[in-house]
This record gives sequence, C-alpha cells and structure tokens, in this order.
Amino acid sequence: MATVETRALTKHFDSGNAVDGIDLAVREGEFLVLVGPSGCGKTTLLRMLAGLETPSSGDVLIGGRVVTWLPPRKRDIAMVFQSYALYPHLSVYGNIAFPLQSAGVPRKEVAGKVRNAAAMFGIDRLLSRKPRQLSGGERQRVALARAVVRAPVVFLLDEPLSNLDAKLRTSARDELQQFQRRLGTTTVYVTHDQVEAMGLGDRIAVLDHGRIHQLGAPRDVYHDPADTFVATFIGSPPMNLLEENDVLSGVRPEQLLPPAAFDQGDATVPFPFTVNRIEYLGADRLVYGTLEAPHPPTKVISRLPSTIALPIETGRRYDFAVRERDLKFFDRETGRRMARGT
Amino acid sequence: MSVADSAHQPNPLPASGERAQSRHARASSHRRIHPFDDESWLGRILLAPAVIYIVALVGFPFFLAIFYSVSDATVGSTTLHFVGLRNYERILHDPTFWRSLRNAIVFTVVSQAFVVVLGKILAMALYADFPGKWAVRFLILLPWVAPISLGSIGWLWIFDPVYSVINWSGRALHLFGPGFWPIWLGQPDLAMASIVMVDVWRLLPLATVIILAGMSSIPQDIHDAAAVDGAGFWRHLFRINLPLIMPIMLVALLFGIVFTFTDLIVVYVLTRGGPFDSTQVIASYAYFTGVQGGDLATGAAISLFLFPVLVVAAIVFLTIAKRSEVT
Repeated sequence: MATVETRALTKHFDSGNAVDGIDLAVREGEFLVLVGPSGCGKTTLLRMLAGLETPSSGDVLIGGRVVTWLPPRKRDIAMVFQSYALYPHLSVYGNIAFPLQSAGVPRKEVAGKVRNAAAMFGIDRLLSRKPRQLSGGERQRVALARAVVRAPVVFLLDEPLSNLDAKLRTSARDELQQFQRRLGTTTVYVTHDQVEAMGLGDRIAVLDHGRIHQLGAPRDVYHDPADTFVATFIGSPPMNLLEENDVLSGVRPEQLLPPAAFDQGDATVPFPFTVNRIEYLGADRLVYGTLEAPHPPTKVISRLPSTIALPIETGRRYDFAVRERDLKFFDRETGRRMARGT
Repeated sequence: MSVADSAHQPNPLPASGERAQSRHARASSHRRIHPFDDESWLGRILLAPAVIYIVALVGFPFFLAIFYSVSDATVGSTTLHFVGLRNYERILHDPTFWRSLRNAIVFTVVSQAFVVVLGKILAMALYADFPGKWAVRFLILLPWVAPISLGSIGWLWIFDPVYSVINWSGRALHLFGPGFWPIWLGQPDLAMASIVMVDVWRLLPLATVIILAGMSSIPQDIHDAAAVDGAGFWRHLFRINLPLIMPIMLVALLFGIVFTFTDLIVVYVLTRGGPFDSTQVIASYAYFTGVQGGDLATGAAISLFLFPVLVVAAIVFLTIAKRSEVT
C-alpha cells in the first residue's frame, strides 16, 4: 500500500501536450478512476505512473519516493492492460509466475503463491492452459492474478473490462471492486466509461485535453460539476445547458419534471416546453423538447421515472419545472461553475 | 411454350424467372465463356508461369541429374550407358568428397550461427527508434541487393595477398606486428574463415529483416507487461522476446542453411575450393568435377547428395516452426 502523487506532470507530444501539468494525489488504499473521452491523456498519465512513458517535465511519487526516472520494475507496481498482454507462449501458470520469477522469489514459494492467486480468481483449474485456449473473461482473470501475485503497492488498470461483453462486464466490475477492498491496495483505474467510473471509484478524476477538470467522489462530481465539460461528460443523457444572459444554466434531465412531482414547500422555476419526441426505455421515459418563453428556445431532455404516470404526447406543450436549488450556473466564457445566476 | 413450362402456370411470377434462368443457361452452353471469366481456368492460367518455371528450371534439371548420375555421361561423348550405382560407390570412396561434405557442414553451421546471433543483435538495434534509422536500414540491406558475384569480387580484393585492406589497415593501426601478414585466402584455416565471413556478410541482411519483421509483430503491450512484471534485459530477451520470435527465426535459419549449403559462388570466386581443397564444398566439388572436369555423371551424383540433406533440414525446421507457433 502506498500513496501515488504527481507534481506538475507534463507529457509533450508533437501534436501538443497529452498530459498538461497534472497535480494528483491518490490516497493510500484508494480506488481512483481516471475518466475522460479518448485522447484526453488518461492512458498517457497512467503509463507515466507505470514508468512506461517518460514525462517531459514534472515528477511521479510512489509512497512518497520520487520514482520519475526509475524503470517500471523498480516501482513495485502491477498493471493490467486493456489487451491483458498475456504471454502467449507461456501457460497460465507461467504467466502468473513470471513476476515472481523476475523478482527472484525461490522456486518453492512460487508454486504456492501462484496457486493462491489463481484460487482467488477461480482459475486454478486452468493453470496448464495457454492463453489462446481461454475465453475473454478467463484471460482477464489471469491478467488480474498476474497483477496481484507479487503483492505490489499499487495497481494500475488500463480499461481492463472493455474487451468483455456487457453482461460479463457487470459481474467483473463487482468482483474487481471486491478484491480491491479485500487487498486494500492503492488502485488507479483508467476508463472512458462513466458508468464504470461512477460505480467503481472512491474518487474520480475527470480529464480532458490533458487536464483534470474535477477530482472528487462520484456523488460530488455528478451533483456539483466544476464546469460545463464535467456537467455534460458525466451523466447520461447529459446535463441540459441553456444560455440566459451571460450565464449558462444547467439542469439534470431527471430534475426537469412535471410540477406534480415536487413537494409543496419546494421553490421551483417553471420550464415550459413543447415535446418533440419520446423514448420509452422501460424504467424511464426520455422526453425530448424545445423550451418556451421566458427561456430561449433550447433543446432539452427530461428523464421521467416510470413511477410518474403522466400521459405525454408529442407536439404538445407541458409546464415542467425545476427545483431552484437543483439549478447550476456556469460562466458563459470559461464554462466554470458560478455560485448563482446574476 | 413447352409442357414443362406450363406446369408452373399457377405461380406465374417465379415461373417466368425460372424461364429466364433456363434461357440463360441454354444460351451460355452455346456461347463460350472467356477463360479469364471462368474461375477454374483463371486459376490455372495464373498458376501456369510458376509451374512452368519450376518444371523447366528445377524439375527437369533434377530428373536429368538423377538420370546422369546412374550413367557414364561425359562432356566429350554423345552416347551414354546405364551403369547403376557405380558413380555413387566411387564417390563414397573418394576422400575429397568426404572432405567437401565436412567443409560444407562446417561452412553452413558456423556461418549460420553467426548470422542468427548477429541478425538478432542487429534487429534489436534497428528496432529501437533513432534519427536516421531509415538510412541505416537501407545501408544494412545493401549487401543483400548487390549481386553475389560482385560482392564476392569486392571481397577478393579485400583479401588480396599483397594489397589486402585489412592487412594494411592492421599495420597502419599497429595491430599487426612487423612479421604478421596473413594470407587470407592462401592459408587453409584463414581461407575457411574468409568464406564464412563473406557468407555472413551476404546473408546477415536477410536474416535481420526477417527477424525485425518477427519482432515488429509482437504487440507493444507484451513488452510493457514484461517491463512492469520486473523483467530485466536478459530475462526479457530469453523468456519473452526469443521464444516469441523463434518460429520466424527458424524460417530465417532455414533460408540461410539452404542458401549456404548450396552456395557455389562465394567459394568459386574467392578460393576455387583451395588451398588443398580446404574450402571445397559439395556444390563447388560437383561443379569442378561435372562441368570443368567434364565428368557429368559423377558431378550429377555428387550434387544429388545436397538433396536429402536439404529435404531433412526443411522438414525438421518446418515441424519445429509449426510446433512453436504461438498465436
């Protein structure tokens, strides 16, 4: 277990800065998720933590020790790759044993540790197979077993679930979090999938263009987005943004509701709109519409849980509303969050 | 309208479709399809050049050699008689033949050992990124592109007993003492070393390029994983890198063995098999006996000894390559 820290970490490529002066502090035993669109620099950041990429400037600290110029093998970390990167010519046993052998663990201890790690992920009966004889889910478990077997101080995971099918991904997510809690090893996890990020992370860091836009618990990032990028990247469908005077007002789709859905005492702001389209998703209905005066004619989405039975037709006008305290305000120029509208 | 057609009447649309089809079939049976449009013929036409080439330049000489080897054919006679295995019997009692066989094996094994090790080292150097990589790759490939005979003649000058650039450089740099003046192609051990050196020079580029291609096919993630898993340079090389490129290295080795074992040009240009047959190999001995010596029958029989050795080498290597296939 250890902390992971970066100080003004920058990676410059020919096309610009992939990682642009990032200061990040991962706490001991924490599960931190780096999330962002593709090309936001999250994988480059992770590879610099691993030592697979040399920073242009700045420092990486693991357990309080500057490791910026140390090769990966001297950092006491383990990494799981998106492709799993299993050694195709080695058996499952050989794959899991490899980090131990590299570390010079005596042969007698290797067998026991490999068996323990394999048992932990339920792959003990696959030890003699080659990676090509395994399914995607089994390969992913082998990659995880290979990562935990040496008991490193930090786990680095680069989209380890993205090659699994949707059903398997949900159960793998669950298992991943359970084993991380059990081992208590500091973990940095990279993904582009906000659902994964919200579900797994103790804290999540939202990245774009090589910068961290916001770092916080999933709840804070969702309910108190630091800027319009976070507001629209996290949440599906994204937050509705409408331009009023010099301010952008933001409304989460599930907070734009018919007046009957609010308590008597709630102070609300009316948001009348005309419905263009309705998507029925089972648990929810997504209502697409265009706002009416006094608001500018902006396209908005409302998400109605199936508990709201109000009949809605396309082409008609409805008087929806938003609780006043649910409205968020952003600066129109910078996109930064503001305390309140002016 | 025929009787068969009227049977389809209750369902007029498909029936008319079938009629159109059968009309088309009748028409095509009368009109010949162009051979280029007929896949079975097109395949044969496209394969023909390769087949003709192999039959004319490999198959025919091969069977002619078998035929000559059991006859008493000579350059000076238009008649020949069947003599059974007498030529083979004589060869097996010929010490020069055994010497040539041993030389050919030494020549092949030593030069290929160098080629594989140096090829791997060179490929690793070229795999890394550095400025001017393209130019270096180009220069390294040059010996392969140059005609063997021209390259060998260049080496003949380098090994010249009087003007050898190696010797004069050695003397200028004070590496060679006043009494030290190696005659590269004139001393038996040095002559073998010289032809090995030239063969390595010639085959190294091909092996390097093949190994380089093999290395490029390993995903970067595998190298990254090995680095994170704590593998240092040697462990990475012997546990990850070499096993993964072993099949393709065997292909490079197979090419090298075939090219070297059957090579005539390097020996012919540099030493003519001398001094005292110390660099005589099977290919050159067959040539000197059969063509220059005029004894076609014995020359053919000698050259046929190349065949089983190469067949065995090919089978062994293809089997190993298949077994160690990893993906």
